[in-house]
Amino acid sequence: MDLPTFLIQLLNSVQYGLLLFMLAAGLTLIFGIMGVVNLAHGSFYMLGAYLAYALSALFGSLTLAIIGGVGIAVAFGLGLEWLLFRHFYRRDHLDQVLLTFGLIYVFEELRSILWGDDVHGVPVPDLLAASIPLTDNLSYPVYRLFMAGLCIALALGLYLLISKTRLGMKIRAGAFNRDMAEALGINIKRIHALVFALGVGLAAVAGIIAAPVSSVYPNMGSQVLIMCFVVVVIGGIGSVRGALISALLVGLVDTFGKVLLPQAAGMLVYILMAAVLLWKPEGLFKQ
Amino acid sequence: MTSRRLVLTRSAALIGAASTGLLLPARAQGAKIRVGLMLPYTGTFAQLGVAIENGFRMAIDEQGGKLGGREIEYFKVDDESEPAKGIENATKLVQRDKVDVLVGTVHSGVQMGIHKVARDSGVLNLIPNAGVHIATRGQCAPNVFRTSFSNSQPTRALGAAMVAKGHKKAVWITWKYAAGDEAFEGFKESYTAAGGTIVKELGLPFPNVEFQALLTEVAALKPDAVACFFAGGAGAKFMKDYAASGLKGKIPLYGSGFLTEGVLDAAGPAADGVMTTLHYGDGIETPRNKAFRLAYAKTFKMQPDVYAVQGYDSGLLMVQGANAVKGDLSNKAALYKAMESATIDSPRGKWTMSKSHNPVQDIYLRVVENKENKVIGVAAKALADSGAGCKMG
Amino acid sequence: MEVLPRGVRVALGLGLAALLVFPFVGSDFYAQMVTRMMILAILAMSLDLLQGVAGLVSLGHAAFFGLAGYALAFLTPQGEPVGLWWTLPLAVLGSGLAALVIGFFVVRTHGIYFIMVTMAFAQMVYFLFFDNKALGGSDGLYINFRPGAEIAGRTVFDLDSPLTLYYFTLALMLLVYFFLRRLLWSPFGRALAGIRVNEHRMRAMGFGTFGYKLSAFTLAGALAGLAGYLWGVQSGYINPELMGFHMSANAIMMVILGGMGNFAGAIVGAFTLETVLHLLKDLPQLGSVNLGKHWQLWMGSFIVLVVLFASRGVLGLLQPSVRVEPASEDRSQHG
Repeated sequence: MDLPTFLIQLLNSVQYGLLLFMLAAGLTLIFGIMGVVNLAHGSFYMLGAYLAYALSALFGSLTLAIIGGVGIAVAFGLGLEWLLFRHFYRRDHLDQVLLTFGLIYVFEELRSILWGDDVHGVPVPDLLAASIPLTDNLSYPVYRLFMAGLCIALALGLYLLISKTRLGMKIRAGAFNRDMAEALGINIKRIHALVFALGVGLAAVAGIIAAPVSSVYPNMGSQVLIMCFVVVVIGGIGSVRGALISALLVGLVDTFGKVLLPQAAGMLVYILMAAVLLWKPEGLFKQ
Repeated sequence: MTSRRLVLTRSAALIGAASTGLLLPARAQGAKIRVGLMLPYTGTFAQLGVAIENGFRMAIDEQGGKLGGREIEYFKVDDESEPAKGIENATKLVQRDKVDVLVGTVHSGVQMGIHKVARDSGVLNLIPNAGVHIATRGQCAPNVFRTSFSNSQPTRALGAAMVAKGHKKAVWITWKYAAGDEAFEGFKESYTAAGGTIVKELGLPFPNVEFQALLTEVAALKPDAVACFFAGGAGAKFMKDYAASGLKGKIPLYGSGFLTEGVLDAAGPAADGVMTTLHYGDGIETPRNKAFRLAYAKTFKMQPDVYAVQGYDSGLLMVQGANAVKGDLSNKAALYKAMESATIDSPRGKWTMSKSHNPVQDIYLRVVENKENKVIGVAAKALADSGAGCKMG
Repeated sequence: MEVLPRGVRVALGLGLAALLVFPFVGSDFYAQMVTRMMILAILAMSLDLLQGVAGLVSLGHAAFFGLAGYALAFLTPQGEPVGLWWTLPLAVLGSGLAALVIGFFVVRTHGIYFIMVTMAFAQMVYFLFFDNKALGGSDGLYINFRPGAEIAGRTVFDLDSPLTLYYFTLALMLLVYFFLRRLLWSPFGRALAGIRVNEHRMRAMGFGTFGYKLSAFTLAGALAGLAGYLWGVQSGYINPELMGFHMSANAIMMVILGGMGNFAGAIVGAFTLETVLHLLKDLPQLGSVNLGKHWQLWMGSFIVLVVLFASRGVLGLLQPSVRVEPASEDRSQHG
């Protein structure tokens, strides 16, 4: 592999990794702060993608679709948390696995009823539709750079939120010792609802911005779900920083694996996960 | 260990019984014909399942809504595109509902299960899509007829077409799974026979859709053209990624026709100029196709695609067979003979059955223009699947 | 709920009686369906040992199920059947060995990490078979002939007969059940239960918990292999999806649905889940709405309702006043 190609592959890895991060961040927050295993996380990604399709067709603009989609997703997240998830924070992981597994079925079917089973496209906004030439025959789509940029911005935003704001402090306190935080007057119920909605929102945003490049089709959530879990586990449950590093790592392994070791490409990410867990049984970073 | 001889006689008896229908209960002549539809009604291929059923019913209704003079009762099972449940679901139709004919399915893994049930029970099985080779090759059976294609058929017509356009060095890219391998078989055979060289064979794990890494590699390899096999949402994504990476226009993209079936709305302008080979094209300029498309659109309020045509042809085949035996489906010998010698007047053009019960058909060369698959020629005439290893006929 | 109260035992006895006579009152199709349910019951029981007794939630248990099926597929030649007496133990041992190897890596993790890493290893095994044509690839493998059961050249029983296969499976299911019940009350089983309740305490008392957990994992894998072998015998077709995530998740569902920790629940759960699925898919058309088509919605809702209101499963519903384990364990155990 020559240098230019290597660098481009590196760019591919990073961009994919950043998108994974956005999905994984939501999952690791819900995991780490509330201790809830959520297998339906991929469904939120799918929700975002379908919202992008429906809203961009309605408004004719991706920006409005993002804003509208996030709003709907967050509201949906709050509703879901209030209705179901808040009863599960103290329950066994097993119950959570089962609950969310059942929810996957429900969401899939609701999606089928609401939006049908066809494959849909979401047009890339004209402003971002250009491509930057990298070599004589390869260009890089501006839209993907936009996606990566948005993910970085969100990563920064999350970091600032969690470590530099009072809200973030309360979140961390609640995660560390729920009862103590409650005793100190923090409204844990509201914090949990907010964190859950944030997690859902992040997944939905990932779906919305990925929709123009990935197309919108049934079962698209299940494909990212497993990758998402792998990222969270490698990074360490509850650690947003860990999710970022691990997402980039997974992006690298996936990208270079396909090119250098196509025979084992399907397994490589799992081998990575197994290796990391054997070295550090609780992931790369602690919460 | 049971003696080989005992086993061979047992299996011979089984196939013999299957072809004469001794294994299935006889039913009164006046009773309704039971048609079992095992198709994906949920999941990724739900769109295809609906199209196939629509086509099938339309064919039967056009011919009077009866088979050989007998009324029809439909039984449906959702195969969920789940290979692990293939046998269970097929058995439901064959043993519980006692269908006379089983029409199914789309996904090759599920088809493997159906195929086993079909061979073991002798029920008439019409395959309206699944292109898995073994069904009309090593494991062909007198009671199994395919009205669609074998996985290597469309790509067997692709190679010569690409070389004819001057693209002699190509990169092939697909998923690493059985259908991808079988599609490659067809491409490799035809491309190398026509004088082309396959620069590299790229594969990504199924159902991964992160193409960027491999597109970058394609750019580095600088071939004359790229040939691929993807279907559904992934096909749309591939074409969009291909265009966005600037390769479109510099390195022509070819594919098995499934790349551009049912996804042109989603793919948008990224698909323009993509050339594919398939046994059908929306734009086939024959009165037959035009009439079909009009009737289908009027009845179902949507445009037909290759899957609808395959379902339609299954219906036509069934009608021809049932009429030949005047509705007496237990007359297996005559029924199979009628189906084997049938000429199907399909919207895709007239086609016949090969000895291993796969369509012998023309493969069209199409190019995408404005969200439509425009037919620009015939890439291969009367192409048959090799039927290698089939012990019939 | 480990001790089965009298009422439940009576109900189970009636169930057994029903199973014994079923082939004579039900049609061939339903007898085959029940055979399949019994095979899944064996899978569920093996998982119950791991999940209900030892408290280890594995999202990759189906890997051992599928592996044994593949073993039978590889051992059976194209043109003739293979012997039952040696292939069955071999397949079971093969799955057990795989479980031992994978378990060695996996058992050192805890809680949610254990769940995820079992899934990872199962996915690896899945892709190994899916991606490699030599191992059958994505289309899977046929088992053209059911194994023959002969002694000294004479056929003892013929597995080609659905009736024989039914009773053969029933016998094996009962064997596994009584074996596991015995195990539950043995020192080994008590130790496993202790590990589930509080692993730290067991370690403090001097138990080598790693060894116990690994043994449970291996044994569970081997028993899953038994189920997988029988699946191969009955269906004659093995596909990588049998080792996949969905199969594992279904197995977990069966165990929870019936009630964990006593093996009878696993059997009840397997039968219940399959029956519910069967019924939901066959729902009739109500007006313009095809209820059966939306079976996923009903299925998902059913699961959600079970988790919300009946998380101790069917057997838990039957006997609410029975001695109950602490509902949630120490969070510390989950890391």
